Amino acid sequence: MSNHDYRPKSKVGQWFNDRLPLLTLANHLTDYPTPKNLNYWWTFGGILTFCLITQIVTGLTLAMHYIAHADMAFESVEHIMRDVNYGWLIRYIHANGASMFFLAVYIHIFRSLFYGSYKAPREIIWIIGIIIYLLMMAAAFMGYVLPWGQMSFWGATVITNLFSAIPLVGEGIVTWLWGGYSVDNPTLTRFFTLHYLIPFLILGLVVLHIWALHVPGNNNPVGIDIKKPSKDTVPFHPYIVIKDGFALLMFMIVFAFFVFYAPNILGHADNYIEANPMVTPAHIVPEWYLLPFYAILRSVPDKLLGVVAMLSAILILAVLPWLDTSKIRSAVFRPLYKQFYWILVADVLILGYVGAMPAEGLYLLIARVATAYYFLHFLVILPVLGFKEKTLPVPLSITEPVLGGSPNLAAARNKESKIE
Amino acid sequence: MSEKKTKRRDFLFTATTAVGAVGAAAVVWPMIDQMNPDASVKALASTEVDVSSLTPGNTLTVLWRGKPVFIRRRTQEEIDEARAVKMEDLIHPEKDEDRAKNPEWLVMLGVCTHLGCVPLNDKGDYNGWFCPCHGSHYDTSGRIRKGPAPWNMEVPKYEFVDANTIKIG
Repeated sequence: MSNHDYRPKSKVGQWFNDRLPLLTLANHLTDYPTPKNLNYWWTFGGILTFCLITQIVTGLTLAMHYIAHADMAFESVEHIMRDVNYGWLIRYIHANGASMFFLAVYIHIFRSLFYGSYKAPREIIWIIGIIIYLLMMAAAFMGYVLPWGQMSFWGATVITNLFSAIPLVGEGIVTWLWGGYSVDNPTLTRFFTLHYLIPFLILGLVVLHIWALHVPGNNNPVGIDIKKPSKDTVPFHPYIVIKDGFALLMFMIVFAFFVFYAPNILGHADNYIEANPMVTPAHIVPEWYLLPFYAILRSVPDKLLGVVAMLSAILILAVLPWLDTSKIRSAVFRPLYKQFYWILVADVLILGYVGAMPAEGLYLLIARVATAYYFLHFLVILPVLGFKEKTLPVPLSITEPVLGGSPNLAAARNKESKIE
Repeated sequence: MSEKKTKRRDFLFTATTAVGAVGAAAVVWPMIDQMNPDASVKALASTEVDVSSLTPGNTLTVLWRGKPVFIRRRTQEEIDEARAVKMEDLIHPEKDEDRAKNPEWLVMLGVCTHLGCVPLNDKGDYNGWFCPCHGSHYDTSGRIRKGPAPWNMEVPKYEFVDANTIKIG
């Protein structure tokens, strides 16, 4: 890694660093050698850090005004919207921030899928990422319950009832989760507590995620191991800091568009009606970022198997490094995988779409086909592809294809001359 | 002296670990059990309902333990329809006679056994209830006939205190 023999210039710095080597850590982070060919898909790690901090800061300020009680929660959210100074702004940033967080995390995950970032030696980084993703879903779900609107209440009812599918102990677990015989005040207060806790767990895991990343270093679009530091790398600061910063600004434009021009477009009008245990809204749908999994849940006609399928769809990602048998990381050099990758992207988008539609007729059929394909991709296509696929030659370094001498470059030139 | 002889140190190590494990479990259990329904929730275990205003073919929905309870005063056709069903046609076989002791009155939790939504009255393919969330159809006895729900709607413990009052719980 970067130089362990680092010594701060000032006397005070040296005195401090000998006792707690924080400046050595700071030096490692700024000098950290990064592949020089990282593209904008690599900027979402920084964007996600920004999203997490935004959620924590806006969440803390909302918690100063919110009241976690079944009789007062709904009103206290309206109080935030109408009475609290800039309460509307803070709440809209927090609510849309959740969507932005998931938008960024999905791009981050699909970047890893395209460039094979989950493969050895980066399996632990990937698995920590999946745990973070699961915690994000838990935090988002519980946060959505807190305004105590109709969607909050019935979303909580449906999701907690998923546990009742477990044989024998299921009903007991659901009662335990509720702290009663239905979703009620005890459920709300514990969800508030956990919603407050989880972001800090995520923060801790993000530190581990980055720590694990800094052991092998970043993957890159070419997907090859590189020497560090070398002519293939640039120091994190200023090169990556500036690139990440620019991407973050672009991202914030999208974020601000939702906050200021369409703050409720990603939500449901039903959640502005206070929770009523006597009436279920006609059409219950989760937030957009959970729709693909909701579609998988509904596509299975059996209750227990539906829940199992939904959980498997997420957990299958954790074993992905061992399902993908190909030694080549980047899809750039995997002509067949590249096509299957885009089919998977389409498949997940289709699942998301049918998840928002009623589970009947053609929608149900499409959901079933898309669910089957989702599992087929991970359980059959990926393992087989590693053995069958004829991959393209991989360059020896990042610099090589640019300066010539790569077999891949020759192939590229051939293509060009054919077109002419 | 044999090498395998148990020493005082081994005994202390095992005993400490065992006591430590029991102690940890004893502390963890209250932390887990505090999330179960508390005394005040359990105290609201029963509720009495006046059903004198209910005419045949109508349903009264009341809240019991935070959950809706359907009290249906059934018409003769509904009773006949429910009692004519063959057991082999049912996903969760239960006789209507067992579900509604007094055939005119059907009392059950208005909670879909799939994922807990409230089914709608007089809807669905079997003239009973229909759950809008994931499409479960229930018959005039509240039994699941079609859709993802695994069981019939639950019949709670209830009794007629007098001709016009039902006590649930």
